[in-house]
Amino acid sequence: MEMAVDETQFHVLAVDDSLIDRKLIERLLKTSSFQVTVVDSGSKALEFLGLNDDDDHDDDEYERRDSNSDEDQDHQDLGVNLIITDYCMPGMTGYDLLKRIKKSSSFRDIPVVIMSSENIPSRINRCLEDGAEEFLLKPVQLSDVNKLRPHLMKARSNERLFDQH
Amino acid sequence: MAIAALKTQRRNLVQSMFDEGVLDNQFNQLQDLQDSSNPNFVEEVISLFCNDAERIITELNRYLNDQNVEFSKLDSYVHQLKGSSSSIGAYRLKLACVNLRQASEERNMEECAGAFNSIRREYYVVRSKLQVLIQLERHIVNLENQQ
Repeated sequence: MEMAVDETQFHVLAVDDSLIDRKLIERLLKTSSFQVTVVDSGSKALEFLGLNDDDDHDDDEYERRDSNSDEDQDHQDLGVNLIITDYCMPGMTGYDLLKRIKKSSSFRDIPVVIMSSENIPSRINRCLEDGAEEFLLKPVQLSDVNKLRPHLMKARSNERLFDQH
Repeated sequence: MAIAALKTQRRNLVQSMFDEGVLDNQFNQLQDLQDSSNPNFVEEVISLFCNDAERIITELNRYLNDQNVEFSKLDSYVHQLKGSSSSIGAYRLKLACVNLRQASEERNMEECAGAFNSIRREYYVVRSKLQVLIQLERHIVNLENQQ
């Protein structure tokens, strides 16, 4: 199958502790032609991104300095274009994950979307204020997933705008 | 023609489940996600759901029969079951979960027991109807493949 140069697939990292919801979100995303990685916890998500759980300092900065490749190159190699996470998870919540991502210099520009089965305005506002692009109410529908594409297109065009290479 | 009759039966079963509120529109969403590249999607989701629900119902039963009920643990499990019920479109089961959460919040043991019985009842209703649906599906697919 040939891919047009501009339409390289977007890679979405999905995080949810519920097995059923993981299966659903994976199908929803794949149906919408996204490349998908699914994990069952915030810490697994951080692990996948190569970030430390540690809140004390930004470990990935040290990693980047040690390795030969620069920040941007690693970011592109991993190729995660969007993170979609459940809010209510044991251990690290989706909100905790959001904060952690936004603290990271390598990953703060990746759009983060939060999903929740509970419609709590204060929760929604807090997530949006702290950097979430969207807040989706579960069960997530195909029409919700279609809302993600503009965020991804925008992030991609911003990347190209500021691309030093 | 056998296939047509089966398809009518399937359609009627699903419709009756919608009419009775056993299922809601989310189940349609599930069916829409099934296609030739994922022909068993609905069945797989239902299977995951049933395993999960049974596990949770067992835990709920255990916690409710404790001398000192750990309501926070209870709530966590009900929240999970409510979530997965909602995800597959098991509407009445989801409502039963909401009731148990409410009773649990109020620390009302009698209400909790009643709400839990509703959960069990609604789960068995949706499970048995979905099992019939799955059997119909398989039968239809078998006949279609023989053509």
